[in-house]
Amino acid sequence: MDEIMNGLDPRIADAFSRLPDYLGQHVLLSVSALVLGLSLSLPLAIVGVRSPRMRWVLLAVASLIQTIPSLALLALFYPFLLALSLLSAKLFGVQFSALGFLPSLLALTLYTMLPILRNTVTGILGVDADIREAAQGVGMTQTQILFQVELPLALPIIMAGIRTATVWVIGTATLATAVGQTTLGNYIFTGLQTLNWIFVLFGCAAAAILALIIDQLLALAEKAIARRDRPRLAAAAAGLLLVLGASAMGAVVQPRAQYVVGAKGFAEQYILVSLMADRLSAAGLSSTARSGLGSAVVFEALAAGDVDVYVDYSGTVWTNYMRRTDSISREEVLRQMTDWLDEEHDVGVLGVLGFENAYAMAMRRDRAEELGIRSIADLVRHARDMAVGGDVEIFGRPEWQALEDAYGLVFREQRQMQTTFMYRAVADGEVDVITAFSSDGRIVQYDLVLLDDPEQAIPPYDAVVLIAPARRDDAALTEALRPLIGAVTIERMREANLSVSRNENPLTTGEAARRLWQDIVGP
Amino acid sequence: MAGPPATIEIKDVAKSYDRGRSFAVRNISLDISAGEFIVLVGTSGSGKTTLLKLINRLLEPSAGSIHVEGKDVATGDAVSLRRRIGYVFQGVGLFPHLTVAENISVTPKLLGVDKAACAARVDELLDLMRLPRELGERFPATLSGGQRQRVGVARALAARPRIVLMDEPFGAVDPITRDALSCDYRRLHDELGLTTVMITHDVLEAVLLADRIAVLNEGQIVETGSPHDLLSGARHPYVRDLMAMPQRQADRIHALIKAGPG
Repeated sequence: MDEIMNGLDPRIADAFSRLPDYLGQHVLLSVSALVLGLSLSLPLAIVGVRSPRMRWVLLAVASLIQTIPSLALLALFYPFLLALSLLSAKLFGVQFSALGFLPSLLALTLYTMLPILRNTVTGILGVDADIREAAQGVGMTQTQILFQVELPLALPIIMAGIRTATVWVIGTATLATAVGQTTLGNYIFTGLQTLNWIFVLFGCAAAAILALIIDQLLALAEKAIARRDRPRLAAAAAGLLLVLGASAMGAVVQPRAQYVVGAKGFAEQYILVSLMADRLSAAGLSSTARSGLGSAVVFEALAAGDVDVYVDYSGTVWTNYMRRTDSISREEVLRQMTDWLDEEHDVGVLGVLGFENAYAMAMRRDRAEELGIRSIADLVRHARDMAVGGDVEIFGRPEWQALEDAYGLVFREQRQMQTTFMYRAVADGEVDVITAFSSDGRIVQYDLVLLDDPEQAIPPYDAVVLIAPARRDDAALTEALRPLIGAVTIERMREANLSVSRNENPLTTGEAARRLWQDIVGP
Repeated sequence: MAGPPATIEIKDVAKSYDRGRSFAVRNISLDISAGEFIVLVGTSGSGKTTLLKLINRLLEPSAGSIHVEGKDVATGDAVSLRRRIGYVFQGVGLFPHLTVAENISVTPKLLGVDKAACAARVDELLDLMRLPRELGERFPATLSGGQRQRVGVARALAARPRIVLMDEPFGAVDPITRDALSCDYRRLHDELGLTTVMITHDVLEAVLLADRIAVLNEGQIVETGSPHDLLSGARHPYVRDLMAMPQRQADRIHALIKAGPG
């Protein structure tokens, strides 16, 4: 028991140390979305009550929005806002950040609308026709009927809608992490990628507790209003202000960082973010991390200046952004990529870190030897009887298309899974082959072999440090990060990756980054 | 009560809910003089409630005109008209989220009467309706049926209207309460010099309360007259049938009393 506690301690301490920031941002975002949602939904609901046609349209649109998966809705706002931001920059010279708070706010606001709209409309329409006529009969105007009779009588149903919206928003806000907004979801995203279950549980529990407390305080306020219990209403209001205010303080008192370091959503990237942040901090520069971003989001964010620096891979730039399908030498890809980034996006390349994180087909060593498979070409004969596992992106990426085209690969079954589970799945024989990442420590851990790519279907994937247009001449930033260039070898990266993903005494990504740096500078 | 005599003149009024295919009321003409207590009698669906709602513009007529206190109601503001006319609803229609006192003072408050004056008026009306003043703080759901009806009347009287419209105000209570309520209201009508238009389908109640009875059938007034006139000789066969009922009831009671015990 002691051993377990000792093992968990630093992770729990780490989780708590991040709480003020994560919780504060989470609360700020949720409350803003609810306030905005309420101020839009209530007037719209009243329009809907008065006009049956508008009611139909409003509720249909709100329902439609609700059917869009939350993550997709969040993601869709990013390109939309980015285009708006560019337009506004052209027209008014004002550019705003299309990443983080704004897209999250808009998406969550839309999510609050259905329960509030529907319940307000239902509540008001549910007011007894006799009561409404009596209100008319005693001489109330339409507005007086609305505010003095309809709204008070519909209050319990409206409040139920507000409470539903609150719980939804607090839950869904965790997904805003994916578009670069810090929330309690950072625990969950980071935890899932680094197999840090303490983080995952911590994030879920924190969001659930927050939702429960606010829901209960709203219930208390609702009862107090219905019973006209002023002291109780005051208590509920004070409770809400206290919880929300104290949480928001955590976000407000966070000093504004000078630099934003971006990361995609897998363990290696979390380690590299820590590695870069530590270097900046050592040089006296403050930074904040935007982790868990999608590949496309993080690149556009860098080009737009929302992110100052992050690590991408040459092959990703080559195939996904440059839309190249040809495969050429490692050096040539780097050279053309650097030119293209400079010309097309004014993005700078600080240099290569020194390792490659390529897509590679991987199998269990014993199975590969048994079947005599050494290269992807050997795999083709067996593929029809095999299941292939891949991360959530790969089967939609051009690299996969290139592989299929080059070798005529057809598998019995394709299964998408979190990177975290992929290696175990092939080790356990659940799938026969996976699209592994060549720098992943679990290749060594599970004794997997990487298959050769004789056709060079998969481009090289050198890890490169990309710098935002406005930061290219920022000597403080570039000098602080320069010691990393060429210093992160494939062995070092694999070891660091393994140290966070192994089952026994796994390190946090921060610890792994510090280890990696110690290894670079030597004893 | 001072002020000019209240009159309601209804002239050739018709109301259709389906653009003229059928009429809830038609060819209605009725003059109601100041201080009169007129009762509208008729079966369900005869158009009584429609006629009553046309007077304070809860409904707009499809044809014809209505003058209240000499002014055509169609030309004025419906809201201020309703504030000047007391209305007791079928099923009372008290606001469930407001206390008894707030229910009673709702119209004075809309008219801008200040808090203290409203409170004083509430006490006055609770006294007038023979309700204990403590009731003011209670919510309608906690009252008995009879108490609710009295609060409904108090609310209608709160802004000192000269005209009161009542739609089956004493329905849904036991006969003893009903009798007490209607006697109390008739007394108030006389004391306050009100003009009252009341709907009932209880012919006996109509006969005992009204100065004049208007009998409606299928959307039309078939006959009007004092209770005495209608009882002693209605011209219309439907009205004769209707009026025979209280007469028969009275005769039977008389016979029972005469027969003595056993």
